[in-house]
Amino acid sequence: MTTILIKNGFVIDPVQGIHGDKKDIAVKDGKIVKSLLKPDKTIDASGMVVMAGGVDIHSHVAGAKVNIGRNFRPEDKLQAVYEPYHGIRHMSGGNSVPTVFKTAYKYADMGYTTVIEAAMPPLYARHTHEEMRDTPIIDQAALPLFGNNWFILDYLKRGELDNAASYVAWLLRATKGYGIKCVNPGGTEAWAWGLNCITIEDPVPYFDITPKQIITGLMGINEYLHLPHSLHLHSNNLGNPGNYKTTLDTLKLSEQFKPNNAFGREQVLHHTHIQFHSYGGTTWADFESKGKEVMDYINTHPAVTCDIGFVTLDETTTMTGDGPFEYHLNKLNHLKWANTDVELECGSGIVPYVYSKDVYVCGVQWSIGLEMALLAKDYMRCYLTTDHPNAGPFTRYPRVMKWLMSEKSRDDVLATMKNESKVRDRTSLGSLDRELTLYEIAQMTRAGTAKALGLGSSIGGLAPGMQADIAVYPYNPETESDPEKIEWAFSHAKYLIKSGEVVINDGELVSNGNKKTYWVDVTTAPNRQVERDINQTFAKYYTVNKNNYEVNEHDFMKNPCAVKIDAVQ
Amino acid sequence: MNTVTLTIKKQPDLFLEAECFTPDALAGKKETEITELPVYIGKTVEKIGDYFTVSGDAGPSADTTRLIFNGDFTRVKYIGSKMSAGEVIVNGDADMYVGSWMSGGKLTVNGNVGHFAATEMSGGELIITGNVGNYLAASYRGDWRGMTKGRILVNGNVGSDCATFMLGGEIEIGGNIDVHVMTHADGGKVIIHGNAKSRLGGQATRGEIYLFGTVDVMMPGYVPTGEIEVTIGGTSSVFTVYEGDQGERHPTRKGQPVFAKLYLKK
Repeated sequence: MTTILIKNGFVIDPVQGIHGDKKDIAVKDGKIVKSLLKPDKTIDASGMVVMAGGVDIHSHVAGAKVNIGRNFRPEDKLQAVYEPYHGIRHMSGGNSVPTVFKTAYKYADMGYTTVIEAAMPPLYARHTHEEMRDTPIIDQAALPLFGNNWFILDYLKRGELDNAASYVAWLLRATKGYGIKCVNPGGTEAWAWGLNCITIEDPVPYFDITPKQIITGLMGINEYLHLPHSLHLHSNNLGNPGNYKTTLDTLKLSEQFKPNNAFGREQVLHHTHIQFHSYGGTTWADFESKGKEVMDYINTHPAVTCDIGFVTLDETTTMTGDGPFEYHLNKLNHLKWANTDVELECGSGIVPYVYSKDVYVCGVQWSIGLEMALLAKDYMRCYLTTDHPNAGPFTRYPRVMKWLMSEKSRDDVLATMKNESKVRDRTSLGSLDRELTLYEIAQMTRAGTAKALGLGSSIGGLAPGMQADIAVYPYNPETESDPEKIEWAFSHAKYLIKSGEVVINDGELVSNGNKKTYWVDVTTAPNRQVERDINQTFAKYYTVNKNNYEVNEHDFMKNPCAVKIDAVQ
Repeated sequence: MNTVTLTIKKQPDLFLEAECFTPDALAGKKETEITELPVYIGKTVEKIGDYFTVSGDAGPSADTTRLIFNGDFTRVKYIGSKMSAGEVIVNGDADMYVGSWMSGGKLTVNGNVGHFAATEMSGGELIITGNVGNYLAASYRGDWRGMTKGRILVNGNVGSDCATFMLGGEIEIGGNIDVHVMTHADGGKVIIHGNAKSRLGGQATRGEIYLFGTVDVMMPGYVPTGEIEVTIGGTSSVFTVYEGDQGERHPTRKGQPVFAKLYLKK
């Protein structure tokens, strides 16, 4: 393999605590090494920022609901310029629900090398893996949904934690999943009865179990199995005024647990798109930010991490496994709505949404995201996402970075809002003059996320021995003062190295990389009871045969990378 | 006003698409430059000069430019697409997307046009002397924002799905119209001098349809509410007023729901 030396860049690496010192980074055999005597290729990065490849902890880029979004929003293709074949670039299009190729190219342009698909319905695992297999360049992993799964609800209701854990281990292996995702615990199942779970004490119909039991059960299983990632939670009551109380009740459940893993992960709960869960007021009329209350809790509890889900003020496609939420959203905006019930497992909904800066609710949502991020104390535990495509397309990450790094650019947006004073009144964003540094941005987008995923020893940093995922951005932190330059530079990586291979060379895509797909292979003690339950349920209830359900590495995955764990106690 | 005349000299084997058949794209260009502009045939890129004889220079801006197309354009798409000012005259038939996304200026076709004419039109005037295909002034596939402003006059017949998701503007049709008129509309006006088939104003919440001829099948969601005398084009006629679509969610004004109105000539 080519050996590469990246010279004279401003290196920013929270893993080693490097704050923009001028350093050389050497790459050999796909890994970062201390030094090189005779590199095959030398990259002159003087006047540019060098960071590890970005790691996105929560994004919806592959699978059944993304594809439904593509199908039912042909007009989304008009929102972005269609790009024809160019060199090795496959043609690509779409804006909030882009094609798999555009997903990869745009992430690469932003210097991202690892992206986690945050919600995989187990029944559609094959579809999800097929799309990930066809997404070039970026390393991926998918989190299967557990929060409304009938097996889990049944086992947890009866207090059979052992059986639930064996089932989780089986499902991760069967679907080649990476961790435990939980969306609106119990609520999506209740939605099949036309109901929802708004607080963590609302019982799920038929199963008679509460979201609280599901969340604590899954957190317990996660630590029992020593999984690399923690429970990845989208809690109840998303997007409704006054929901911060549910959020705080949910976060407090983490206090009973301690991280138990060999991957350097320090949290027991990752709460995703926390912006959507930090609303005060009782209706949309008196809707206000409770971002401070929620962020205060997270700041003082090191076993909790979060990603924000920044609203980017764009037209986008919302898609979530939270079926009842999408129904209510559709009742608000009256655009089209798709709803799916995934048998025995989960559900989902899709609604297009226009976040207009002239609608005060959208303005407040935009402010809450930024407010929370600026109030955070530890950026190793607070991450940058837009919950792509729910709060905005991932292609807007550089714009979010600009807003985080420049008070002026935030004020410029506020000043163009029709309801500026009302928006300023409902959040504290206007009073925050904090401007994040590149070091903090690197924590939010790479070092922190990699650590939370349990991949901190191999990605998210530039220490010798780590996988050589390196992005070089044409941005000079010493001389540059224009915030627009931040947005431009972070969406136009000058060089991108992925596992030691040059993917972007001088701004031009030169390789489709050697993407790999992570999954978690946990060995548990044999459990005849669970084996029988699975076989019986497939025979009795599923519309598919178990053999047509499981994902095998050979047919569905490109460069599968199994994280092996022994949980035989 | 400067005039550029494009006369077709060779019929393309496949359909020819161009983004430059508008006063906006040609403004400020000399005859020789226009000849060199790209046109697309499938995935191959060719030049305007390969298929058209060009004469005349464009004006310095769109509103000082007039384009005249002579010949048979049944294999040419996107004439006048996205034009914002100036004038386009087509002497002959044209294919799909004539005047699509146009926001201003005047586009006249002395002939028939294909489907998707005036898609999401937001201003200007479109006059077609012949017949029009389906989806006249409709929204783009999947979109919920159709025609918002402007005026369309068709002398001949119009195909199905005219004015889908219409929000504003006016369409006057001299001939007959096929099924699905103003589906999902939330504003705007369609005047039909000929006959209609069925599904007039299905799922419409606002907007007006005036029908001078007959309708084969009425929508069940429309209820008669009285009669009214309206003057259209200088002559006044008495119409029966129907309100609907009753099955839809309607906006309210002063506490009263607002309905789409269907006027059938008595």
